[in-house]
Amino acid sequence: MRKLIAVITLMTAAALAATTVASARSTARAAGGTLKVVAWEGYTEKAWVTPFEKQSGCKVQAKYAGSSDEMYNLMKKNAGYDLVSASGDASNRLIASGLVQPLDPSTIPGWSRLTPQLVKGPNHYVGGKYYGVPWQWGPNVLLWNTQKYKGTTDSWSALYDPANKGKITIPNNPIQIADAALYLSKTQPSLGIKDPYELNKKQLDAAVALLKKQRPLIKAYWGFATDEVKIFQTGGATLGAAWPLAVAQLKAAGVPVSQSLPKEGATGWSDVWMLAKSPKNEACAQAWLAYSSKASVQAQVAKYNTYTPASLDSCKALGTSLCTQLHANGNVAYLNKISFWKTPLSNCGNGKTDCIPYSQWVAAWTSIKG
Amino acid sequence: MTRLSAFFFRRRWLKLTLLLAPPLIWLVGIYLTSLGSLFVQSFWRADELSPNPIHDWNLDNYRQFLSIDPVYRTVVLRTLAFASITTIVDIALAFPLAYYATRVASPRMRRTLLVLVTIPLFSSLIVRLYSMRLILDDGGLLTWSLAKLGIDVRLGFSQPAMAIAFAYIWLPFMILPLVAAFERVPGSLIEASRDLGAKGSLTFRTVILPLVMPGVIAGSIFTFSLTLGDFITPQIVGGDNFQLIGTVVYSNFGIANNAPFAAAFATVPLAIMAVYLLIAKRLGAFEHL
Repeated sequence: MRKLIAVITLMTAAALAATTVASARSTARAAGGTLKVVAWEGYTEKAWVTPFEKQSGCKVQAKYAGSSDEMYNLMKKNAGYDLVSASGDASNRLIASGLVQPLDPSTIPGWSRLTPQLVKGPNHYVGGKYYGVPWQWGPNVLLWNTQKYKGTTDSWSALYDPANKGKITIPNNPIQIADAALYLSKTQPSLGIKDPYELNKKQLDAAVALLKKQRPLIKAYWGFATDEVKIFQTGGATLGAAWPLAVAQLKAAGVPVSQSLPKEGATGWSDVWMLAKSPKNEACAQAWLAYSSKASVQAQVAKYNTYTPASLDSCKALGTSLCTQLHANGNVAYLNKISFWKTPLSNCGNGKTDCIPYSQWVAAWTSIKG
Repeated sequence: MTRLSAFFFRRRWLKLTLLLAPPLIWLVGIYLTSLGSLFVQSFWRADELSPNPIHDWNLDNYRQFLSIDPVYRTVVLRTLAFASITTIVDIALAFPLAYYATRVASPRMRRTLLVLVTIPLFSSLIVRLYSMRLILDDGGLLTWSLAKLGIDVRLGFSQPAMAIAFAYIWLPFMILPLVAAFERVPGSLIEASRDLGAKGSLTFRTVILPLVMPGVIAGSIFTFSLTLGDFITPQIVGGDNFQLIGTVVYSNFGIANNAPFAAAFATVPLAIMAVYLLIAKRLGAFEHL
């Protein structure tokens, strides 16, 4: 027993010493130690993590999450994670629960060259404070087969037109309700939809009714981008909502497709790096946040995943054709048409609290699919 | 060693306790506790900001699928249909195979057959399902071959594709109990039946069938309940275009952060299986256990 106590004392002393050293070092540039992050798969590949580890002396230990809920739970458990690459359907919950802390943009070198629409994105810019470093994003575009589909291509109305029955494929995701709401906000202004993620009962019901009418027109919903490619290649779909990733894969497979951002606008996702409320290794976390804002790094990540980088300077590394294809050139008119994902909460954010929270969106989606 | 066995011989109760403690701890501590906590959770309410539910006791989750939204009734009926079709198809496929393996085949052939039946169980479910996709997808092996014959069928992400996949992945669970049941039919009874003048079909109906029925029911419990709870097959083979109980539970747990509703809806397959087991008991499926 005495031996055990001695061991524990020794270990505590060592840990204390380590902490002291770490905090003493936190001011220095070379941070050192282990950096624990919760990330999406494809966000912490060797190609850009190894240079960071060499440069900062921080060892990156990544935990891949399978869903936004898992990400949220990992941060909630306080398992010692310093950073999280949160999507819009987790970020607002993380902020509201006080699990992440606001950032000081002046410590992030690439900040001024990050896409402004993402920097001020409602998924992490809350109460006048920035909670995330924008990293990668993607629009939800209209995709069609140029040989087989000759109808409207500048409006989402194509996806609700009975003439296109059996040709349509859309993502199998409750957040599609926002796509319908966005369309209604332009076509039925009397509903008063200002933000497609903040819907009251009446507005949600209208979006659900529209999607239920769309249901018989759907050839197949898609869950994975590879499935969508399949449905377009051989499954008979000629029209749908898609991510640029699928457009690139279809083009590579020789399928004649084209994409557009319809006049009503579009939804899109934006992932940001967020700093835990009480990180174990703040120095390394800050070093990663600074590193992640670099155009060259973001371009590498974008190329690897076929996502769009948040940094406006990444086109040099991407090359002109990929830059255009991914819409990475920071076209203001284009970006302003995108409503970025955020978590639907009952607190609408405009003083009202009659909005429908996300769990009920999921129930509505179940109801739509039937 | 002998001293140890002598020690236990004098203390039977201790031997019994040591023998039964691990499975009992497992059964009560892990299995029943998790089921119990699932049930308790179904009366709570999800917190939109936190993964931990709010503990205000209510029946709203049950109301949601019992009376408010008819979609859940559709989902339950669709799942029941898939489970029934899977079970019937598997019985039809397993019966002749089990009969052949036990009554006709040489011992060597029999062993080979049983190994072939169990081999798929050694590979991951995901791998087996994606290999099914290679066959069933539009432009896959099956549609491609049929197209060569001039038959145009599209099976990709369809309900028939899901039914085929279900029947395929759960087939071994029907074959194995059926083989065991056929093995237990005494050859002397069949000979006696023939000696008394019964033809093959009569012997089959009045002697073999009643004797292997418990095996059919045991296998059907597997195929039925496994289909009832599956959430991976409908996602991979069906592209999640046709919601089943499993996928609805999964989307409420994993995506909606609504564990209480998922827990409440998960009681439906439990209830269905309880009824199924009661009927099986009535039919005498457990008498030979």
